[in-house]
Amino acid sequence: MDKHEIRRVIATRVAKEFKDGDLVNLGIGLPTLVANYVPGNIDVTFQSENGFIGMGPAPEEGQEIKNLTNAGGQPVTILDSAAFFDSSMSFTIIRGGHLDCTVLGALQVDAKGNLANWMIPGKKVPGMGGAMDLVTGAKKVIVAMEHTARGSVKILTECNLPLTAVGVVDIIVTEMGVMKVTDKGLVLTEYNPQFTIEDIQAVTEATLIIDENLKEMI
Amino acid sequence: MNKLSTVDQAIAKIDDGMTLMIAGFLGCGTPETLIDAIVEKGTKDLTIICNDTAFPDKGIGKLIVNKQVKKVITSHIGTNPETGRQMNEGEIEVVLSPQGTIAEQVRAAGAGLGAVVTPTGVGTVVEEGKQTIEIKGRKYLIEEPLRADVAIINAHQADKKGNLVYNMSAVNFNPLMATAADTVIVEAEEIVEVGDLNPNFIHTPHIFIDMIVKGGQNG
Repeated sequence: MDKHEIRRVIATRVAKEFKDGDLVNLGIGLPTLVANYVPGNIDVTFQSENGFIGMGPAPEEGQEIKNLTNAGGQPVTILDSAAFFDSSMSFTIIRGGHLDCTVLGALQVDAKGNLANWMIPGKKVPGMGGAMDLVTGAKKVIVAMEHTARGSVKILTECNLPLTAVGVVDIIVTEMGVMKVTDKGLVLTEYNPQFTIEDIQAVTEATLIIDENLKEMI
Repeated sequence: MNKLSTVDQAIAKIDDGMTLMIAGFLGCGTPETLIDAIVEKGTKDLTIICNDTAFPDKGIGKLIVNKQVKKVITSHIGTNPETGRQMNEGEIEVVLSPQGTIAEQVRAAGAGLGAVVTPTGVGTVVEEGKQTIEIKGRKYLIEEPLRADVAIINAHQADKKGNLVYNMSAVNFNPLMATAADTVIVEAEEIVEVGDLNPNFIHTPHIFIDMIVKGGQNG
């Protein structure tokens, strides 16, 4: 699979997690693409943590509005139902359990649902932004990422980078499959038929429990 | 009481070594005219409380690039490589804190609360050195309020008494920071007469505002 196809597979599958009426926050990068794959028969509202709900797609060139950006600073549009608010209200929504789902990337995620996605000591320290609040407060936390980082494993028995939060991840969606975090560990519930179960386990440090109802993710 | 000020009168309130709150989110809703004037004046050893350090050529980032900041309390520095470089060289102290925590720390200061009690950051490096408390079986961090000597904020409209209206995603930290500093300076894109703004739709009541400066178009 090329990069584009990998991203399309992940975004398409993540979008299937949403239910009609959900309020969702999408992280920067790959998670942002998920908005393009929401099934047409459900109504999903997107929140932007810099202070609004009802975020629409990127504007046509030349139609950008100076005071209307997403949490990555990129120009966006709003839907008619949009509402703006300050950062305290934004994090009331996020931390207060009013967000049905947050989708974000990870540097590492582990079998206990621990997430590391905000710094690599000595190398890259961008800061946590709103990520710690998002994963602490959202009802469902979905990690959407490529299964490995240029061949090195990211789904571990235990994270060794500084954590974003402890035991918060519910589901991991990669181009190879879908894993649910359970008390027993990571359960592989769906897989991409382009790979075998052995292929997937070979690039996953955590031991995968194979769901008895395992099905294809595509 | 006349709050209308020139840019020079306003930034005269900001001395070397002060703690300064600067509103905005990656430069959106940031008072660029005031920042440009502080850059030109060269005020130094500032402690800045802000959401992010924006970009090297935009917003708070310009103060970082010009080496006027000794400490920054913020949630994100990733869009301004110069902040990271100065941090790695030991030229600036960077305290990274979750965005929602900073928002509530500022709000708490303005609201007269003694602390923020939040689950965010439990079990991470954010917890290090902080008091914790368990309430109904859940662990929380105790985060202290954040106050500043001066807050500089950006509004879409201000009336001449200081009632403010913000625009779209440029709201962000502006109304919070307006409550949490000894002196609050607003840079407004448009200044209107008292009575021109609908009292039902004022975001920040005028009592919080000390000085009003006519701004440009916010970068």
